[in-house]
Amino acid sequence: MTAIASVLFYILLRGAGQLRWEIFVRSPSPLKGEYGILPGLINTLYIILLTLLAAAPVGIGAAVYLSEYARPGKLTRLVEFTVGTLAGIPSVVYGLFGAVFFGETLRLGYSILTGSLTLSLMVLPIIIRSGQDTLEAVPAALRESALGCGATQWQMLRTVVLPCAKRGLAASVLLAVGRITGESAALLFTAGAASNLPRNWLTHPLSSGASLTVQMYLGISNGRYIDEAFGIALVLAGILTALYFLTGALTAERRDRGEDSL
Amino acid sequence: MSGHLTADHFNLWYSTDRGGTHALRDISLDIPPKQLLALIGPSGCGKSSFLRSLNRMNERTPGVKHTGSILLDGADIYAPGTDLPFLRKRVGMVFQKPTPFPMSIYDNIAYGPRLQGVRSRQELDGIVEASLRAAALWGEVSSRLKKPASGLSGGQQQRLCIARALAVGPEVLLMDEPTSALDPLSTGKIEELMGELKTRYTVVAVTHNMGQARRISDRTAFFLDGELIECGKTKELFCMPGDRRTEYYITGQHREK
Repeated sequence: MTAIASVLFYILLRGAGQLRWEIFVRSPSPLKGEYGILPGLINTLYIILLTLLAAAPVGIGAAVYLSEYARPGKLTRLVEFTVGTLAGIPSVVYGLFGAVFFGETLRLGYSILTGSLTLSLMVLPIIIRSGQDTLEAVPAALRESALGCGATQWQMLRTVVLPCAKRGLAASVLLAVGRITGESAALLFTAGAASNLPRNWLTHPLSSGASLTVQMYLGISNGRYIDEAFGIALVLAGILTALYFLTGALTAERRDRGEDSL
Repeated sequence: MSGHLTADHFNLWYSTDRGGTHALRDISLDIPPKQLLALIGPSGCGKSSFLRSLNRMNERTPGVKHTGSILLDGADIYAPGTDLPFLRKRVGMVFQKPTPFPMSIYDNIAYGPRLQGVRSRQELDGIVEASLRAAALWGEVSSRLKKPASGLSGGQQQRLCIARALAVGPEVLLMDEPTSALDPLSTGKIEELMGELKTRYTVVAVTHNMGQARRISDRTAFFLDGELIECGKTKELFCMPGDRRTEYYITGQHREK
């Protein structure tokens, strides 16, 4: 606790001075001697959306399959083992894989799309695991009540299980958003380092773009933007704190309601 | 279609990684229609397993196997090709803890009929009112049908669950310790309700409460270690148990092994 608090305090101390409104609307430009994080913010947003677009449907689908349909057996255990293992792989390794597979083999190059696809592989286990936990927390008696009214497996899932689990599933997606927002290593190899504003909103994902985290890393590693990096760190800490409370609110209300309805 | 259930040499096994349990041993039992049968016995004796076998809810447990048959109005419910949702529509179920769905009182009752494809507002209104009346809940909730069911008290929720089960038009009602999570007042209401329900439905209820079994049931079946020890008219079984083990259990001298 103390360690976390002192880190946050230090970031606040060094970053607060950087948070002038101009940095939210400007691009970094060494030529004009200006610094800004607008492209980084936009790229981060793109990466979050594209990653979720790929990972959320697959992840929730897999969670539903594993907890509702899969019969316990060798295959299910293998899938769950794989998911567990994937969750433990360092993100740098994902970055390397993404750069080679999406970047080279699929010829997507250094791009926001390559980064997003890579991250979607990385957050898939998070969504599957916590989604599965949420679904399995829906009480058996509630499911059997639905079946007892003559519901088929699918009707039970659609009308009772998913409505009960939707807040928890949303929380598991938010958990992934947190992971995406804070990720840097996997993006450094895949999404590139450009800090340009989108010229075309549709084709922007195909161009190189640094997320806030990558911009921060580059600012520190070339030694020119260390103070600015603290500003970015503060912005990231703010976003992640907001996500944390949002997730907490979602799951807390789910628990209250769960006790009410039982 | 009268709701006559018959178990014929029914066996049930649960298999786990560490081996199997023979949960029901050669159960043959006739459950006459429009009567209330109480299933009694110590925990783990198989009475709940038997109850859950009557609408094939037991199949949700992984690794369950059975032999023998259970007939509903002469047709084996375990025959291949049996329409499970249809079977469960005919054999409804109420659980130990109330299980209202997270939706309004009205939608809870209309849940089953809507699954059957009833769309007409008028028809649904009729079913909802009739079911709530049959479950002796209409007077208490008629003015707040659109409110969430979770706002009801425990006893009201349980009657809601009974109404929800009645709404699909069952012939048999299975009740798994329906009052064990309720206070004495709510328990009294449910018991009274069960007394009315048995005039229209075949009711099979698991209970740990000997007084309840005596008060509300026509017949009682005593289970022990997966075996049906005896089954008979409730009065006779409680006054003159035919088996020493039944006597020990109903007089409280039974020892858990």
